[in-house]
Amino acid sequence: MAEKRPIRVIDSTMRDGSHAMAHQFTLDQIENIARALDESGVTTMEISHGDGMGGASYNYGFPREPETGWLRTAAGVVKNAELAILLIPGIGTQEQLEEAYQLGARMARIATHCTEADISQQHIGLARDLGMETIGFLMLSHMIPAEQLLEQAKLMESYGAQCIYVVDSAGAMLPDDFRSKVSTLRNGLGIPVGAHCHNNLGLSIGNSLAAIEEGADFIDGCTVGLGAGAGNTPTEVLTAVLDLQGYDTGIDLLKIQDAAEDVVTPIMPRPQVIDRAGLTLGYAGVYSSFLLHTYRAAAKFELDPRDILIELGARKVVGGQEDTIIDLAAEMARARDQQARN
Amino acid sequence: MADKVRAAIIGSGNIGTDLMLKLEDSEVIELTAMVGIDPESEGLAMARARGITTTADGFDGFLDLEQDVDIVFEATSAKIHAANAPRLKELGKLAIDMTPAAVGPYVVPYVNFGDVLGEPNVNLITCGGQATIPIVAAVSRVSPVRYAEIVATTASKSAGPGTRQNIDEFTRTTADGVVRIGGAGRGKAIIILNPADPPITMRNTVYTQVEEMDREAILESIRETVDRVQSYVPGYRLRIDPVFYDDYLVTTLEVEGAGMYLPKYAGNLDIMTAAAKAVGEQFARHMLGLPTEIGGGYG
Repeated sequence: MAEKRPIRVIDSTMRDGSHAMAHQFTLDQIENIARALDESGVTTMEISHGDGMGGASYNYGFPREPETGWLRTAAGVVKNAELAILLIPGIGTQEQLEEAYQLGARMARIATHCTEADISQQHIGLARDLGMETIGFLMLSHMIPAEQLLEQAKLMESYGAQCIYVVDSAGAMLPDDFRSKVSTLRNGLGIPVGAHCHNNLGLSIGNSLAAIEEGADFIDGCTVGLGAGAGNTPTEVLTAVLDLQGYDTGIDLLKIQDAAEDVVTPIMPRPQVIDRAGLTLGYAGVYSSFLLHTYRAAAKFELDPRDILIELGARKVVGGQEDTIIDLAAEMARARDQQARN
Repeated sequence: MADKVRAAIIGSGNIGTDLMLKLEDSEVIELTAMVGIDPESEGLAMARARGITTTADGFDGFLDLEQDVDIVFEATSAKIHAANAPRLKELGKLAIDMTPAAVGPYVVPYVNFGDVLGEPNVNLITCGGQATIPIVAAVSRVSPVRYAEIVATTASKSAGPGTRQNIDEFTRTTADGVVRIGGAGRGKAIIILNPADPPITMRNTVYTQVEEMDREAILESIRETVDRVQSYVPGYRLRIDPVFYDDYLVTTLEVEGAGMYLPKYAGNLDIMTAAAKAVGEQFARHMLGLPTEIGGGYG
């Protein structure tokens, strides 16, 4: 019998999930999740503020505990899995990357907007110098054509990245888009390709499969889908589907289900479903972590979150521009009030 | 023209060239030399056309010119300025450093000019710093600021290779300036590049956490500050009135450039050249024995 093709699943419950938790993970929660994932056979787990190391801010949200504490806690309980961190240049710095390494992180995912790969050179270089497994993460990949994405991926490869991700931060990509982008990168690069999906259009599993069929070897998941917007690819569902499709993830299907339902579900502040605002993120092509910020701005200015999201999409706002939301909401409220007076 | 202070610009790229145009109407500075490294550069050609002495041999070329200038604006790179700075000091020339080298103390017009008068070398921090530190200082004047955080968003097209290859330098230096010049207890800076086409105008968000929330006094102080910055950067404005929360406020700013040599959206570059001119003119006024307009003790 032919050997099953291995797929490397990176679980980001403790990084992308940080968005859904408004960055309020407690150390106990981190400890329990890390232990459960490790016991399930997850080989790599990402732990950081949702906006990467150094994301603690008014703009993105202050975590309950410093993320360095999350890393230290996870490093204390994990026996087999590798710890990964996310770092977005412009938000986090090389000092934070080094600190993460000191705390036990051995994989660095360096993320930029899909057209701005050239701001990642120093961070990718440092991660490699530290001996970390280094991944380039091209956010909002839906915004540019495949050929342009390849040019940016090649820059990251030239800096030393060992794998490049097509990142559907807005959950806006359809399977054909994933196919074309993954295959273009796969053919144009000398390193593996990964896929990071959001479920805003209900396509996270389908897009993951499409990416794998085109040669992606790395796939992201989050238990229960816990993540920004309508969430990510649920790791437990991905594990089942990849097993049925004949791929080897090394993850124990029963144990990852238990991790999802016994450890993660009970701590979730809201169910990870595709609500109307989450769907609007995917439909309008807006960065998924804007969701909770948009709810807050909509409440403050008594607006429909969908109106804000549609306008953010039209203005081609990119990841990290959370500050635009309150500004735009205030502007929309003023326009509404003026109209009401006339 | 004996009543003007003579100045040189080192660096004939976008920044140096824009500064050259801005200095044309200065009443106290006469630009007499433009120093580049590429004889074909547009900046040097424009300088020649204006009767300004030029050299394409870099700093050595500048030394050969034996220019009798008192002020040197440095619009090169951190590395080059770090090498040039001691030589400029030896020659007794005031250096206004627009690079991230930060050899001398930070300066923001209207905030701490008085503190740096007499220094041989002053540094303009970063574009994000020039745009946001006045606001942090404005809030600091009313209440102690525990923490200030700034988010600078600029058009991808206006971020040059220097910024891109060393983006941490921007975040570190800006955060440092927010604390040291803005007066915040702690500082954080974030930079976002947005590739939208047509390019977006530079925008900045300033979060300030205060000890005493006096909305009216803070608002007045911010408005006064915006007026002052507008005196040298006409395209500097509040996007909306500050949004207040229990113990912090959010101020959003837009910086539209003057559109002289640089495109209007590049407010991030424009505010650097405008601030350099404003600082240079105050030093020049001091040298000429004129009263300076932007004293210290403001931050």
